[in-house]
Amino acid sequence: MTPLSIAFLPLTDSAVLIAAREKGFTETQGIDLTLVRTTSWATLRDRLVYRQVEAAHMLAPLAIAVTLGLSQHPARLAAPFKLSVNGNALAMSTTFAAALDPDPVSRINDPLAAAHDFAAAIGLHHRKPIVGVVHRFSSHALMLRYWLAYAGIDPDRDLSLRVLPPSLMTEALRAGEIDGFIAGEPWSSVAVADGLAEIVAVGTRIWRRGVEKVLGFRADWMEDNPELVDRLLVALSQAAEWCDANREELAEILARPEYVGQPVERLMPALSGRLILRPGDAALDFPDFMLFHREATAFPWRSQALWIYSQLVRWGEVEPSEAAERAAADVFRSDIYRRALAEAAQPMPGASMKLEGALSTPTAVGAHHGTLTLGPDHFFDDRIFDPGAIDRYLASFSQK
Amino acid sequence: MRIVIIDDSGLRATVLEEGLREAGYDDIHVVPPQSGFVARLERMAPDVVLMDLGNPSRDTLEEMLAVSRALARPIAMFVDQSDEAMIGAAIDAGISAYVVDGLRKERVKPIIDLAIRRFNAFARMQTELDEAKTALAERKTIDRAKAILMNSRNLTEADAYALLRSTAMNQNRRIVDVAEALITASSLLGGKA
Repeated sequence: MTPLSIAFLPLTDSAVLIAAREKGFTETQGIDLTLVRTTSWATLRDRLVYRQVEAAHMLAPLAIAVTLGLSQHPARLAAPFKLSVNGNALAMSTTFAAALDPDPVSRINDPLAAAHDFAAAIGLHHRKPIVGVVHRFSSHALMLRYWLAYAGIDPDRDLSLRVLPPSLMTEALRAGEIDGFIAGEPWSSVAVADGLAEIVAVGTRIWRRGVEKVLGFRADWMEDNPELVDRLLVALSQAAEWCDANREELAEILARPEYVGQPVERLMPALSGRLILRPGDAALDFPDFMLFHREATAFPWRSQALWIYSQLVRWGEVEPSEAAERAAADVFRSDIYRRALAEAAQPMPGASMKLEGALSTPTAVGAHHGTLTLGPDHFFDDRIFDPGAIDRYLASFSQK
Repeated sequence: MRIVIIDDSGLRATVLEEGLREAGYDDIHVVPPQSGFVARLERMAPDVVLMDLGNPSRDTLEEMLAVSRALARPIAMFVDQSDEAMIGAAIDAGISAYVVDGLRKERVKPIIDLAIRRFNAFARMQTELDEAKTALAERKTIDRAKAILMNSRNLTEADAYALLRSTAMNQNRRIVDVAEALITASSLLGGKA
């Protein structure tokens, strides 16, 4: 058995790593997997960068930010496997939500109108709204910015974005320190269940296939240990397939104190895709609320890394340059995914880059080993991201 | 040199603060990571910030360090990136250190070394304390089991203990486990546990 340590945060989307260990997938591959529970992204990043663990459950934008030297000590990271797609929700206080469309379902179903309503509600609110985000370099923050900027909101001018750990969001909302927050589940559902907030937007309705968590390695370690990395990816791929098919048992495992440590009934909304938007309302179905395996979810499309890069440029986090663009694209290692899973009995995408946001219906795409159907991946504003024309894409946003 | 310790464990912060004072630092502030702590920290303009690695508010602190306009000089993690041994020791001890830009590493290293020693000492103390508490609880359990045996079977204290011990040995269990089972059984049977 080869010992291997992976750091994770106690979130529902750490599921694939936890299932890999608990359902014996890593053991079958001869890996003795230790999962290191961590309570902040900063500590998770430090454990990875300073070689205390071999890999980590990372926010995809954070892996790119660390590589570009935007988050403390720079280190070249590599993400050959995506651990999840989608899973976030924006919850706003009941007071703020009262200024939006009174029907929570139409807010969710019409994110264009909801963004404009949000912009109008900012002016009606008694202060500049303070919105909690989990990290500057999170998919949550990028999604929120993308959505609101559509309605002419400058998130840096018209809002106060405050970084808070997800577990403290509900308390901050109760104390009136924030007016809403965007976080991974179960936190938005907890705020709704406590009668504090309404879910006014969900990640999957902003970008139907939003990149969420990745498995991050230090690139040098990953390159020095190809055989072990391959075995791990095989185990994770099997675990992801298991997670998609066994969500109730998965919830039981995640609920344990050493993992997510939340009751099953709090974990199930995200895993089953049934969310209550407003206190007392019936649950609404989101069939693609959180994905682990189907549609080759784990495949790290280099175009997705470049979309993240484009947003970092858009919001002034990084100066655009060819070197930075290449470094960002190189974080998503589709080549390693191909090598590790070449023999696996599952469809392998034929390409490594694609237009992001071009599919509005399930579409069959070129693949090896059988057929691969990708789900709809459009952005709510119908923009299409062409990774070969980032400048033009950025110019299409009127702001910044 | 102004040192701020962000910690919500009163005792650990005290242990660290004391050590720093003994070493001759006198501008030390302890700030619990509760709501609004970053604004307080910003006003203090620290040279060194020490924070527990396990605290979920580290991301909040780093965000403040990244965007603050109030701080005259940027503050970044660890001063000497080349000293991987020290950084490793700090992470093992569970401490992160943020140091103001331009502070010479010779001036910072003793502070971080001291923080590592104190955090480790505190962790040892905590373990010993936990062990002592467990030992005390186990002794109480065994005492109660002995009392049950003495009452119900008219044994002396020494004989009651000998019976518990031989049962534990025969069943390959710990004495405290046998004692617990006995207490449970006795209370189920309506005895005075």
